[in-house]
Amino acid sequence: MPTDVVMPQMGESIAEGTIVRWIKKVGDKVDRDEPLFEISTDKVDAEIPSPAAGVLAEIRAKEGETVPVNSIVAVIGAAGEAKADPAAQTPTAPAAKPVEPPEPTAQGDGASGVRAAGQPTPSRVEAGLQSRPQQTEDAIRQRSSPLVRKIAKEHHVDISQLHGSGIAGRVTKADILQFIGREEQQGWARSASAAPKTGAATARQGAQASSLPAAPPRLEQGEHDVVEKMSVMRKRIAEHMVLSRHTSAHVHSVFEVNFARVAQIREAKKAEFERAGAKLTYLSFIIKAAVDALRSMPIVNSSVDGDSIIYHKDINVGIAVALDWGLIVPVIKHADEKNLLGVTRAVADLASRARSKQLKPDDVQGGTFTITNPGVFGALLGTPIINQPQVAILGVGNVEKRPVVVDDAIAIRPMAYLTLGYDHRVIDGAVADQFMSLVKRSLENWDPGVS
Amino acid sequence: MPYGEALALQRALVEERVHSRAEAERGVGAPAQPDRGVGAPGVKNDLLLLVEHPHVLTLGVRGDGGRSHILASDETLAARRIEVFEAGRGGDITYHGPGQVVGYPIVDLKPDRCDVHRYVRDLEEVLIRTAADYGVDAGRVEGLTGVWVGRDKLAAIGVRISRWITSHGFAFNVTTDLDYFNLIVPCGIADRGVTSLERLLGRAVEWRDVEDRIAAHFCGVFDRTASSIGPVELKS
Repeated sequence: MPTDVVMPQMGESIAEGTIVRWIKKVGDKVDRDEPLFEISTDKVDAEIPSPAAGVLAEIRAKEGETVPVNSIVAVIGAAGEAKADPAAQTPTAPAAKPVEPPEPTAQGDGASGVRAAGQPTPSRVEAGLQSRPQQTEDAIRQRSSPLVRKIAKEHHVDISQLHGSGIAGRVTKADILQFIGREEQQGWARSASAAPKTGAATARQGAQASSLPAAPPRLEQGEHDVVEKMSVMRKRIAEHMVLSRHTSAHVHSVFEVNFARVAQIREAKKAEFERAGAKLTYLSFIIKAAVDALRSMPIVNSSVDGDSIIYHKDINVGIAVALDWGLIVPVIKHADEKNLLGVTRAVADLASRARSKQLKPDDVQGGTFTITNPGVFGALLGTPIINQPQVAILGVGNVEKRPVVVDDAIAIRPMAYLTLGYDHRVIDGAVADQFMSLVKRSLENWDPGVS
Repeated sequence: MPYGEALALQRALVEERVHSRAEAERGVGAPAQPDRGVGAPGVKNDLLLLVEHPHVLTLGVRGDGGRSHILASDETLAARRIEVFEAGRGGDITYHGPGQVVGYPIVDLKPDRCDVHRYVRDLEEVLIRTAADYGVDAGRVEGLTGVWVGRDKLAAIGVRISRWITSHGFAFNVTTDLDYFNLIVPCGIADRGVTSLERLLGRAVEWRDVEDRIAAHFCGVFDRTASSIGPVELKS
């Protein structure tokens, strides 16, 4: 009988727990009371022992996941049970013949997972796992390295369809490359048309039909390469960036702005701001200038929803904050209702809380426009990617003294390149440049009364 | 005591307790606790280890354990002879060093105290009472485990529980050089700080005296009677 492993109630007032680490992997043997996983609540980490002896058959809550008390996080199977027994996934040498399209009967007996000798197994394994996507995912994870999974993803191959030659049926790099090699020789069409009923084949068909870009070149893992799993934040950033590139028709427009006037006013107000506990930076002025321009040009403060344009009434400006471990964009809510001091304070507060991981979910939501400041790292200018579902992003280059022509003479002025990245689906070049002209004008002719 | 040594000692003691409890449950070997706190003290009793560490930064297990909260460069840490350890306890990064009473209770919470929140609140209580002995009004801050005086943290807590046997514990700043916390507290959080008993009182405090009071209050809160035991006996 399989035994469910639940998130234990570690105290009266505790409603949930976070899985910090799985000590055992799917397929591992466990003894009763042997440490199985670690959870974290409040400032306490606890090691949770296995409630039964057997084989860890299934992990339902991944590392980092927070689940309610008493929800099932794993299943322990008896050592002999097919689903749990690694023997059921006995490694075989990669089949010499190509994977056969599944026969209709395979769909029926999949749950047993028991393999008839000499028969290719993928269809059965997959059929058995299909009803439990979570389990499939775990099975895939347990049976392949990140590199193999990456290759599989690039080539739209369902690893659960493969039979690995590695330990406990793990799909090795050699296995997957061999499989892809065969597939490429035989062409996608065969498997796509011959096995329309399996999920993997459908996925492949889909990939073929859609206009997805060709898979990037195969990655060869060198001997000295280090493979590191992406952090959650890294994955989010990656997905978000690709999504944005895919969603918006990015165009960039670069303006050069003379910061002499702002520098002057900043000097003049610095002490006053310091007394108020705030450090006045160029960024504060840029935010104010952008907010004013957004107010004049609502299309830049909009979102695209299907074939509609949503004009946001609130002006909530996201500020990209670089962190040692990634990037986050906290949002200054109602930036249009804040004066220069208010904006300055908001930036300082959000940035420091971002760096100390004290941001609340609400702090990073609801942005309608984003400002990013690659200039702080010395960049002359950036071509930023739009922060979806917004339609524009302002990149600020390094403010530095440059020789410029002023009244037909060469003068030294603090200059910076400001880039607007915008979504050409809704913002045309003329509109973007008009917006940037407004920003430029207010920065170059700063009205000290505006503060 | 160097941190690595304390870590190894705790692990050994927890293992010993798990082992002796298992034996007791199976009905072999001597009962783990014939009578809590009474009889010859030893590794089969609940223990409270009180130690002082050389400068060290220790990381929790969650996420990156707070590694990103180290502000100082590896070179600075090396130059100041500050080691960094992965402690395997709850919580984020913290600093330990001279002048800080670090307490590691090795306590079996079974059967009557199986509640991790209660355990953490109890540890806070021990330290709040200790502070009160010196006339310091320390308290709790909702959602921020530890012992606070105003907006400053007087003692930090980070715990590990393995089959209801506790390890790791608390760090109470007595005469700690608080400058060392600047190595890890990100610049810009003026929001919350750290403090020490010495700073609060404006006078030096005897480390031993604090230690004794902590031990006494620990017994009070956890309903135990104490007998002192030397480090040598534990290690054997």
